[in-house]
Amino acid sequence: MILEFLKVFLVGGTICAIGQLLLDYTKLTSARILVLFLLIGVVLQALNLYQPIVDFGGSGATVPIVGFGYLLAKGAMEGAKIGFLEALTGGLSAAAVGLTAAIVFGYLNALIFRSRTKKQ
Amino acid sequence: MRSLNRENTAYVEYVKQKDPKTKVLKTLIIAFCVGGFICMVGQVFRDILQSSFPDLDPDVLSGLVTAIMIFLGATLTGLGLYDDIGKFAGAGSIIPITGFANSVVSPAMEYRTEGVVYGIESKMFVIAGPIIVSGVVSSALVGLIYWIISLF
Repeated sequence: MILEFLKVFLVGGTICAIGQLLLDYTKLTSARILVLFLLIGVVLQALNLYQPIVDFGGSGATVPIVGFGYLLAKGAMEGAKIGFLEALTGGLSAAAVGLTAAIVFGYLNALIFRSRTKKQ
Repeated sequence: MRSLNRENTAYVEYVKQKDPKTKVLKTLIIAFCVGGFICMVGQVFRDILQSSFPDLDPDVLSGLVTAIMIFLGATLTGLGLYDDIGKFAGAGSIIPITGFANSVVSPAMEYRTEGVVYGIESKMFVIAGPIIVSGVVSSALVGLIYWIISLF
């Protein structure tokens, strides 16, 4: 149990630390880093390299945005086993829960809460 | 204006000189710890769900955990707390899926005064849009390649 959480912490922390290094040492903005990490997840899973990280790190590998890329690629790869259409739509189907949650909760929060005055 | 810019770059150089390496190391450690902590929160929800509903499909479980984390990220952003975490956690709060939720809610709230359609509904995709587009395009490509391979 403790070992399991240690693994999650180490894997998740390492992924975020790599992101922090990119923020500090390159001119990449946070939006570009998010896209980059997502694509890294897609490519790694397409090469079957991310599944072992998920098996080892659990939520430490799936909660970071890289895990979202992993989910997209995994869905597409499973869809490809069924047919042509499923191969193209499998990624979005797998990511549908996360995207729906983000859009619905995002919309509701924007309606309920007011932005605090920005301190520039 | 020119002299102002020159002063500015001189100042930036000065700050770079004075700014010790330890600050980079400090933000790196904080990003590591906050990112690791957020992932552990996800694991806690996963373990609770798994022990409550042992029959749950692993993919459904992952989906539920993702939805919960996005709900937390969106709500904390709505309450104005996530930006406070982001100020000191840097990538530790950006890279987890809660940061993706933050990137949706934050601009939606900010541009709310511009109306529902041009404010909330379009601005919520300022950062999330590129992520969704690149994700869908790349995953469709992966699916296409795997489908072609499966033909042989």
